[in-house]
Amino acid sequence: MDGTIQSAELMNSGAEAILRALKAQGVDVIFGYPGGAVLPIYDAIFQQNEIRHILVRHEQAAVHAAEGYARSTGKVGCVLVTSGPGATNAVTGLVDALMDSIPLVCLTGQVPTHLIGNDAFQEADTTGITRQATKHNYLVKRSEDLVRVIHEAFHVARTGRPGPVVVDLPKDILIAPAPYREPSGTPHRSYRPRTEPDPKRIEEAVHLLKRSTRPIVYAGGGIINAGPEASRLLTEFVRMTGFPITNTLMGLGSFPASDDQFIGMLGMHGTYEANLAMHGCDVMLNLGARFDDRITGRLSDFSPGSKKIHADIDPANINKSVVVDVAIVGDALATLKALIAAWKADATPQDRPALAQWWQQIDVWRAKESLRYTQKRDPGSIIKPQYAIEQLFKATRGRETFVSTEVGQHQMWAAQYFKFDKPNHWMTSGGLGTMGYGLPAAMGVQVAHPDALVIDIAGEASILMNIQEMGTLAQYRLPVKIFILNNKYMGMVRQWQELLHGSRYSQSYSEALPDFVKLAESFHAVGLRAEKVEDLDRVIAEMLAVDRPVIADICVDEKENVFPMIPSGAPHNEMLLGPEHGPEKNRGVSGAGLALV
Amino acid sequence: MVEQLRSATMSVLVENESGVLARVIGLFSGRGYNIDSLTVAPVERDGSKSRITIVTQGTEMVIEQIKAQLDRLVPVYKVLDLTEGPHLSRELALIKVLGTGEKRAEALRLADAFRARVIDATTESFTFELTGATDKLDAFLDLMRPVGLAEVARTGVAAIARGVKTIG
Repeated sequence: MDGTIQSAELMNSGAEAILRALKAQGVDVIFGYPGGAVLPIYDAIFQQNEIRHILVRHEQAAVHAAEGYARSTGKVGCVLVTSGPGATNAVTGLVDALMDSIPLVCLTGQVPTHLIGNDAFQEADTTGITRQATKHNYLVKRSEDLVRVIHEAFHVARTGRPGPVVVDLPKDILIAPAPYREPSGTPHRSYRPRTEPDPKRIEEAVHLLKRSTRPIVYAGGGIINAGPEASRLLTEFVRMTGFPITNTLMGLGSFPASDDQFIGMLGMHGTYEANLAMHGCDVMLNLGARFDDRITGRLSDFSPGSKKIHADIDPANINKSVVVDVAIVGDALATLKALIAAWKADATPQDRPALAQWWQQIDVWRAKESLRYTQKRDPGSIIKPQYAIEQLFKATRGRETFVSTEVGQHQMWAAQYFKFDKPNHWMTSGGLGTMGYGLPAAMGVQVAHPDALVIDIAGEASILMNIQEMGTLAQYRLPVKIFILNNKYMGMVRQWQELLHGSRYSQSYSEALPDFVKLAESFHAVGLRAEKVEDLDRVIAEMLAVDRPVIADICVDEKENVFPMIPSGAPHNEMLLGPEHGPEKNRGVSGAGLALV
Repeated sequence: MVEQLRSATMSVLVENESGVLARVIGLFSGRGYNIDSLTVAPVERDGSKSRITIVTQGTEMVIEQIKAQLDRLVPVYKVLDLTEGPHLSRELALIKVLGTGEKRAEALRLADAFRARVIDATTESFTFELTGATDKLDAFLDLMRPVGLAEVARTGVAAIARGVKTIG
């Protein structure tokens, strides 16, 4: 990526050189917010037509929008913010992208180089603040480095384990002429992520898998990040082997949820069958997931009897919390190709009778119907949130639908009841758990897919965290549908307080809520409300029929909890099931579990 | 199952660019790893690469993690856990001892036994320079305490593999 071998062309300003580099990197849209330090870039944007700029209402939203754009397209998202508060406001979004491995380049303005360190107006130590919030960051101090750094930033963001990269740009660098060079393709000096798996490890993995009697595939966001072809190969591999497959929250859509071999999401709010299959398997194949604490529960009891194979592009994810038997470092696509080839090449027959028996066991667990709930249908009945999601899902089938969420109970219900058959259609803040993610993320998705149906499944508390983005929807006529499951509580907080803190609902009631219908109208959007079960389908139909932004305020049961639930610090086989499954034995939560989040 | 802690000496070859040390230190503080000693200096003729030597402690799993985490930093070329094989490690200390009379004479005798060099002296003080492995420096400092140890400056550990093995 060093570029020195090509002759340079001198551009009139650093800002122009940046825009040219962005175009060369395939950027067609920037999410941003102007300010003093980045005015030269805004001036350059004004004088061209190839790159579109979407003006957000808060810099955090610019980053989430770029995340939504990146996750739904597989491209690198691009953000532009000013110095000081512009950069600090972006930090939450950057950490969100870091945790979920989303490729972004965030350009931040900076005070002129001679003022750096001087406590100048709107100065912040952006590279210092974002060092642990990014995959990598740069401060450009010399015009001759500018274009190389921009190209390199995109390379670092998109390759290896993807992530956010910040480029901090002092104003004098934006104004001074700067040389432009095309990206060179020369390998980076020190950064060379491994993408091809070691064939020996692949053989060892296939050896274990062929001889397994109770196998399971556990696939995560790494499959999605590796592109749609990886999802296709995952599906091929799973069908070829006949293995059961479960997805993490981040991996939903990497395997068709409507397929019989899919046993649901796993983890804290995963299905009974997925968690018990993880607990009882003899060989586990982890593809692109990272044994997150939301997945493993109590580590010492996590899948105690299994041989574990872990394929991940990031060596630091391997043996971090769970010790594995076979470690494969590589890109998920390359790994799946190699696995499929090795599986075909290995003549060892599978133990099909054992697999059939394993499926019988899984079907017994499935018959428990851990996601069952009861919706009363008589007029006037209160809407169950699960039912609202199921009806929404039914109404959107057959349409190109993208779903984002905020964070909390509604997020888990969306993950449980909305079925994704394709990758890149599900945008949720998994690692960081950022309330306020869903609306701006949906905005970014809609910008990338103007004709698709884009829905933000929200809670009434989360949505208020970035509600200002209603203005952005209006300005760019982005017909995002905001589907609020309004239970008047920060529901997940309330649920934990009920289960773990003696029902003392400290600060979790959503007091003084706005009238969401009027709020929508004041932002030039359509406001709808469903209060009773008989309103629901009509409101959903109206929402979907309108080619404008909509807020649908769905008033749901205030006391509903998300089940199944593995309390923090508990193992997979100590799952709490919902009220449908009889009164829960009060096991309580261990002291150690109470200290976990 | 109590996992054994061990000490590890790691050499990290990095691009000599602004902020690289902060990245390494931030990684250690952010993930709760120990730093017992840390040294850094440019090692290439053109100043383009620096070598960081870190002495840390952890279980085998944590030490593996530290290596992997260091290795994924963009400006890191190479991470080598020297403790996996025979290696040499040295540090340098400047030690100021204050005193007169018999204590002063005793300090000088001990210094001689440790082959510490006197690099500054007044009628009431000596400043010694001592190079060696960390435990040798520790032992010398313990002996200096009763004879007037007043101040010490240590460089931290620099380390390298024995034999023909190199980091490149």
